[in-house]
Amino acid sequence: MKAFRILIKNISDGFKSVFRNFSLSLASISCITITLILVAIAIILSENVNKFTDDIEKDVTIVVYIEKNTQQIDIDATKEKIEALRNIESITFTSKEEIRQEMSKDSDGLGTILGEYNESNNPLLDEFLVKVTDTEKIGETANRIKELPFINAVKYGEGMVEQLVKVFDVVKKITFVIVVGLVIVTAFLISNTIKITINNRKRQIEIMRLVGASNAYIKLPFFFEGIILGFLGSLIPIFLTCYGYIFLYQKLNGILFTEVITLVNPDNILFHLSIILMAIGIIVGAIGSYRAVRRHLKI
Amino acid sequence: MNLIEIKNTYKQYKNGVTALCDLTLSIPKGDFVFLVGASGSGKSTLIKLLYRQEKPTRGEVYVGGINVAKLRNRKVYKLRRKLGIVFQDYKLLPGMTVYENVAFALEIYGLPEREVRKKVMNAIEKVGLKEKFRSYPDQLSGGEQQRVSIARAIVNNPKILICDEPTGNLDPNTSLEIMEFINKINEEGTTIIMATHDKDIVNTYKKRVITLEKGILISDKEKGGYKTNESI
Ligand SMILES: Nc1ncnc2c1ncn2[C@@H]1O[C@H](COP(=O)(O)OP(=O)(O)OP(=O)(O)O)[C@@H](O)[C@H]1O
Ligand SMILES: [Mg+2]
Repeated sequence: MKAFRILIKNISDGFKSVFRNFSLSLASISCITITLILVAIAIILSENVNKFTDDIEKDVTIVVYIEKNTQQIDIDATKEKIEALRNIESITFTSKEEIRQEMSKDSDGLGTILGEYNESNNPLLDEFLVKVTDTEKIGETANRIKELPFINAVKYGEGMVEQLVKVFDVVKKITFVIVVGLVIVTAFLISNTIKITINNRKRQIEIMRLVGASNAYIKLPFFFEGIILGFLGSLIPIFLTCYGYIFLYQKLNGILFTEVITLVNPDNILFHLSIILMAIGIIVGAIGSYRAVRRHLKI
Repeated sequence: MNLIEIKNTYKQYKNGVTALCDLTLSIPKGDFVFLVGASGSGKSTLIKLLYRQEKPTRGEVYVGGINVAKLRNRKVYKLRRKLGIVFQDYKLLPGMTVYENVAFALEIYGLPEREVRKKVMNAIEKVGLKEKFRSYPDQLSGGEQQRVSIARAIVNNPKILICDEPTGNLDPNTSLEIMEFINKINEEGTTIIMATHDKDIVNTYKKRVITLEKGILISDKEKGGYKTNESI
């Protein structure tokens, strides 16, 4: 009970201190706000990028054209050889006849042209559709397949996919670095705010010591001050990202450019995101105040 | 062991000044001790050793059974909770009212609000400032401020009240008022150690008088008087 009352007192002292130096607190809070907004954008971007890559990856297939007049037995053997390779998720065989019918259905013009051919003189090639597990290594896998016998040609996203994945990767890394940098700057700013509070209260701290306040009792309000600054700084970013993302999602109907690339559903992300933002705010505040107390409150 | 035991204690400051030299003395519970001596004789230094503002260079200092010399920084508060300290410069917080300044010393214990209020008002009443508990220090006279600092020192019923020239800045009448008050607290059982320059007070109250000179204890008399340099 005693400890609880002391804790309450420490927290309320922390609050009072935030509002006593309000202009200074506001600077820290603004910095956290800006940082966390960027963090939020970074997280939303990277979550969506992850989703895009997933979506695209699901769509990426290697098309393997089989030499004309290959015997069914050789086709089966090749299929087994491909399956034995690394990085193969699935492989399906489509005969040239199936393709012909498919293409005829898709377009009337093509249908007329292809209609002139029959099973025996079909100019198309049998093919395998191969899906890979790791899109980044799709080129390597395609080359391996190419080296197998009875293969006429191999086609896939033609490096486009690999590049896209790489660009997304770089974007992710850059945002991560920016966020880490901002977090550090914010921690320093909070640390500085708390340092000024400590200096303003040198006399009070001295007297507290003299009347028998324990070190923890003296230090805790400063920790809480940092935590409160972090907490207050996370409110606007949470509000903004929740409403902003829902708005954006609805505006874009949940897709980006094409039906293939869908956005992450707000329901799946915003709750976690809010908690992450608040946690970062609080942790940064705590680290900042810890540093200030360690360096400037030597008692 | 007595409430306060000081054994062969030396204090040398970093700048080389030896403020106390081979001091040995003991103060039993309930004593009222005047600490006198010329300026620079080491009175404040001795008092600072008692509340662990300074550590002795050599020797042992026990206060209420705690070895002050070995006390870690983190544990100093345990010692100070046994003590009430009255400073010559009051050490009040200007932004706080009389009530808040006194309550300040109690809040650290995590007592319920009601109990804090009762004890604080009780202490303020004892020092006769009941009417002014909402005033700020700069609205009070020197004597009144000193009484606030006494109220803060006694609010938690300390075993020992340590005063470093509590009447230093006050006129004779106000000094007497304060002394009456400290005397009353002593009669209620609190041990008092008081450094002072005030001859009249020392001679009037006839308490134990410890005289220091250049850091050396030169006399320790029950019911003593203030020694002038000529009489030594
Ligand atoms: N923090 C310090 N650092 C260095 N020397 C100090 C310090 N405090 C006191 N001294 C020296 O120690 C000696 C004793 O000082 P102290 O304050 O104990 O004297 P005092 O008896 O209280 O004097 P006064 O009656 O003027 O208050 C003095 O020579 C003083 O200069
Ligand atoms: Mg002195």
